[in-house]
Amino acid sequence: MRSQHVKILVVVAALAAIAIIVPNTNSFVILLATRALAFAILVMSVDLLLGYTGLPSLGQAAYLAVGAYLTAILATKYQFGLGYDFWLVVVGGILLGAALASVFGLLAIRATGVYFLMITLALGQCVWGLAYRWNSLTNGDNGINLRQRPKFGIDLANEVTFFYLVFGFFVVSLLLLYTLVRSPFGRSLAGIRERELRMKILGYNTWLHKYLAFIIAGAFGGLSGVLWAHTAGIVSPVNVELAFSVDALLMVVLGGSGTLVGGVIGAFIVFGLREYLSTLVPWWQYVLGGVYVLTILYLPTGLMGIPERIRQRRALMGNREDGKKMATVTP
Amino acid sequence: MTITLLRGIGPLLLGGLVAFGMTAPSSAAEELRIGYVAPTTGIFAQVGKDMVDGFQMYLDDVKSDFGGAKVKFIVEDEQAKPDTAVTRAKKLILQDKVHMLVGGLLASSGYALAPVSTADKTVYVVPVSAADDLTQRDLSKFPYMVRTGWSSSQPSHPFGQWACDQGYKKIVAIGADYAFGYEVIGGFQRAFEACGGQIIQKIWPPLGAKDFGPYIPTIKAEADAIFSLMVGPMSLQFPKQLAASGNKKPVIGGGTSYDEFVLPSMGDEVIGHVSALQYSAALPDPKNEAFVKKYRAKYGKVPSYYSETNYTTAQMIHEVIKANNGNFPGQEAFVKQLAAIKIDSIRGPVSIDEMRNPVQNIYIKKVEKKKMFGYDKDELWNTVIKTYANVNQFGQFNKDEFLKTPVYNRDYPPCKFCQ
Repeated sequence: MRSQHVKILVVVAALAAIAIIVPNTNSFVILLATRALAFAILVMSVDLLLGYTGLPSLGQAAYLAVGAYLTAILATKYQFGLGYDFWLVVVGGILLGAALASVFGLLAIRATGVYFLMITLALGQCVWGLAYRWNSLTNGDNGINLRQRPKFGIDLANEVTFFYLVFGFFVVSLLLLYTLVRSPFGRSLAGIRERELRMKILGYNTWLHKYLAFIIAGAFGGLSGVLWAHTAGIVSPVNVELAFSVDALLMVVLGGSGTLVGGVIGAFIVFGLREYLSTLVPWWQYVLGGVYVLTILYLPTGLMGIPERIRQRRALMGNREDGKKMATVTP
Repeated sequence: MTITLLRGIGPLLLGGLVAFGMTAPSSAAEELRIGYVAPTTGIFAQVGKDMVDGFQMYLDDVKSDFGGAKVKFIVEDEQAKPDTAVTRAKKLILQDKVHMLVGGLLASSGYALAPVSTADKTVYVVPVSAADDLTQRDLSKFPYMVRTGWSSSQPSHPFGQWACDQGYKKIVAIGADYAFGYEVIGGFQRAFEACGGQIIQKIWPPLGAKDFGPYIPTIKAEADAIFSLMVGPMSLQFPKQLAASGNKKPVIGGGTSYDEFVLPSMGDEVIGHVSALQYSAALPDPKNEAFVKKYRAKYGKVPSYYSETNYTTAQMIHEVIKANNGNFPGQEAFVKQLAAIKIDSIRGPVSIDEMRNPVQNIYIKKVEKKKMFGYDKDELWNTVIKTYANVNQFGQFNKDEFLKTPVYNRDYPPCKFCQ
């Protein structure tokens, strides 16, 4: 229990550091941090599926996309969601994400492993197809530009204000998901991840558990979509592409699945390398590739596995030294 | 435990924050910072290279000196994704504090960058991205944008007329399924049907299609000609498969189907194909000849319109800055002066219309295999067979009536003669 407290403390300290340091940097960094935070909500939803339920989803961008398109379409076609009604759009995005997941879940949850990957991939591509071809609604390939951000008492056009809003949503999402994975429901999800048959025999309705987790993940995806639309200022089929879903999955793996925070660290690293390092050096892709390869090779549990590895190494060295002492003593 | 955890995570967070906290170096006076956005990685990287090379070549020609101002040319990779284009543009504006943005390849990048220029009150010069509405129905939204390239349907309007003049009555159009394709084919259809022709079929293979097997057999037999609009690798594949299917009909197409970017990699099957664009590397003009030779010596290939339009764009910016004695005159004044420019460029005389799109020659070009400019080998060249002088974006149509109709899309103009 003590180590858990320490972990919480570290996370809180890191969050506080982000909240204090980022607004004092230059505005491009604020923009990137806002993007990373908005995307991190999607990444955590992937982690809920991959890390806690054992379902690797390759179509998570679809939920972000419906949230983002909802926001963009309401804002540009109906001027809706640019005042206090922004909060209605937030609720709408969450509900739409959940609704889409509840439909897709019916199809996807029956499968596991590679088959689950394939089905979520296919469903995600369906949404991509809609975004790309339904020109009258989505503007097709050109995407939809949001010309303004909401204003309600506070003006979100200000990058710092907007950063704090996204930060707030991020912290709330993190808290909710943290509570969720530590609840009995979350524990049973972990049980399903470890051995579904056993959970079935114990009398759990594993299908329903997975289905609910899938819907919850979809809801968070929708939320991140609403924020993403206003962060990026443009919503286009690129946001539904396979690469976008893969990004989310890779960030989870990079940071360490089944940790929630790991995915967030992954998101910050990838955004940092891809969007910031790339403006400094042309060979940033090699760095990103190298990071991925090294992580998979040496840290199969992701960056969050580092403390554990160090502890193991220490323990090992300790044993060896003990062994040496013993050796010197015996003869 | 505490210590190990902190040791594990602490440096990581710190490192990240330090990296995030770095700021751009401040800049010297009398410096003109040009932020350039082009795809330098991904499937469009080669096109992006042509764009950057064209601009860079002009800078090298004048030693980066625009009437006393030292040009700082900062290239950012947009990866041909609108999302990334916006981030990079923001980086250029916020961090590098550029005086102007230039670039953007696809229509989607243009549509993504223009609102950024409005929001951040930064000049945006559009050398390539050809989306019609940037300088048509959406113009009022982008007060800081000037186009120096072309609008997608601009070459199509005279080209439709040309097709009528050839005696074609029925044409089948086949084009990449996205906004640029709709606009090029839409413009052609409007012009061709206005002079009595009929588009009897429209086929839309997806953007990036590599196999036209499913589409070619559906082309109607009664067509007099085939109009194709291909981009990138599609341009290579389509004529090859069309020839293999035993096609005997004349083939005509949008500029990108036979642009010099793909032409050297094409086979003899494209000889005789006709296309329309505002530039051809085979323009029989001494200025162009010098440009082609110099570009070829420097980069080892014939310049494409992507190279030419960027070279010319750099030249236009130079003219404006030179007129201001090397000073950037402020956004409004710059846009105004750039929009009033008239130059004799490599592609011919160019001026800018009141909707900030170029008025320029449109060349009808036929692919021929011949020797040009003293090169000793037979090569494919886009020989100019007819010039339509000073064509604006509305061509032969009335501007006000034109603007009342919707932008060309998959369903507009409607295919009245299909079936």
